[in-house]
Amino acid sequence: MPVFTPGDDPGADFPMLLQRSGYGPVNLPPGSTIESPHATTCVAVRYDNGVVMAGDRRATSGHLISHRTMEKVVQADLHSGVAIAGAAGPAVDMIRLFQVQLEYYEKVQGSALSLEGKANQLASMVRANIPGAMQGMGVVPIFAGYDIRRSVGRLWAYDMLGGRYEERDHVATGSGSLHASTVMKVGYRSNLTRDEAVELVARSLWEAADSDSATGGPDMVRGIFPVVATIDSDGWMLVADNELADRYRTIISQVEGSTS
Amino acid sequence: MSMPYYVAPEQAMKDRADFARKGISRGRALVALRFENGIVLVAENASQSLRKVSEIYDRIAFAGVGKYNEFDQLRVAGIRSAELTGYQYSRDDVDARGLANDYAQLLGNSFTHGMKPMEVEILVAEVGIDGGHDDQIFHIMYDGTVIDRPDTCALGGESDAISTRLQAGFSDGLSLGEAIKLGVSALSGSDRELSASSLEIALLERNGTRRCFRRLEPSEVDAVLQE
Repeated sequence: MPVFTPGDDPGADFPMLLQRSGYGPVNLPPGSTIESPHATTCVAVRYDNGVVMAGDRRATSGHLISHRTMEKVVQADLHSGVAIAGAAGPAVDMIRLFQVQLEYYEKVQGSALSLEGKANQLASMVRANIPGAMQGMGVVPIFAGYDIRRSVGRLWAYDMLGGRYEERDHVATGSGSLHASTVMKVGYRSNLTRDEAVELVARSLWEAADSDSATGGPDMVRGIFPVVATIDSDGWMLVADNELADRYRTIISQVEGSTS
Repeated sequence: MSMPYYVAPEQAMKDRADFARKGISRGRALVALRFENGIVLVAENASQSLRKVSEIYDRIAFAGVGKYNEFDQLRVAGIRSAELTGYQYSRDDVDARGLANDYAQLLGNSFTHGMKPMEVEILVAEVGIDGGHDDQIFHIMYDGTVIDRPDTCALGGESDAISTRLQAGFSDGLSLGEAIKLGVSALSGSDRELSASSLEIALLERNGTRRCFRRLEPSEVDAVLQE
């Protein structure tokens, strides 16, 4: 059972506790790179009552599709979520550590981190992965949540070095982010409703998948759809697959017959 | 040349036990008991911010009486141990029995080898997945003794009298309201009344979600006691 002396105590910092307990980070030898699965496009947008997050389901290793059902948008805690692009292995690990850390902090301290505190916590985890980023294993997340103290949805983008940028309206990350954010830039207006925001992210991922080979579109044959979730004052809620199927059927019918 | 004092081991252990017991009996007591949908923990506590009862893991709660800084240190050690196991293996691999054993080692070690024994008694409770038959309540004493309590448990000052009252009123399948009232009346005895402001009540509830621990707000406690 881990017990520390007062001056030596890692406090409410779970990654530090892991290190102190002998589970430090694994570093690749300098100069080496590994071909590993990469995850691609994720987006988030603010609407009148909160935020919507969405991510496609494809992971690629070079030109190979290595996963069709990856979940890149996951719940972090009751009122926040995180989406990832970049090296899938370190990213999945980072999310798991992030989830544990939020709950660990809440239990040890007796109160949860503020939304901004959580965004900063994620930044320090991205920063801890800089050696990985230098070897092609970078992780670029999006953090979004509902700020209970301010009664508003908030979004953060990151860069590979742990830079943290709060965005006002919408954000995209990953290889298809150029196409996705163009769709959102054109379609965004203030005070979107929940339905309009879900429609906007569904369409932005459609366009990303249409023009970026590493981004997966809706798979109507297998019934695999992007992960889309809303976060408002009631917390995290996944958008059901049948709602997404309807929206994508509409988009497909509009595209049918066109050649561009 | 002076000889060091010889103290018989029996006497040394008795002195330490007396010391720990004296510290523990000064504090207010707490109880835990099973109800139809989980385990309820009721503590007499005048503070709304310095907690005696808290969450350790998805299905596991901790409660302590005695010296606050000592049981709070044990609480954090329990969270750390549980989170490390859950992170390294799986959330399913964290259980109350393992935690209780670890606590027993820590307390036993401090009792025999420490500068002074810890003046605490703690409780580790785990709510079962399917039903009451796998609910678990472990009572761990200042010297590392672990006792498996099937239905009810009382810790702290006057715990013998409280425990007798608790067992007399207990039956299988109490509703939450009945269990809270039983816990409160066992704590207070017949000659005084406890109000919501001097109680800290939390539940481990089979609620279908991952985290089973929930604190009751003073207003909820009031509503139950007024029934």
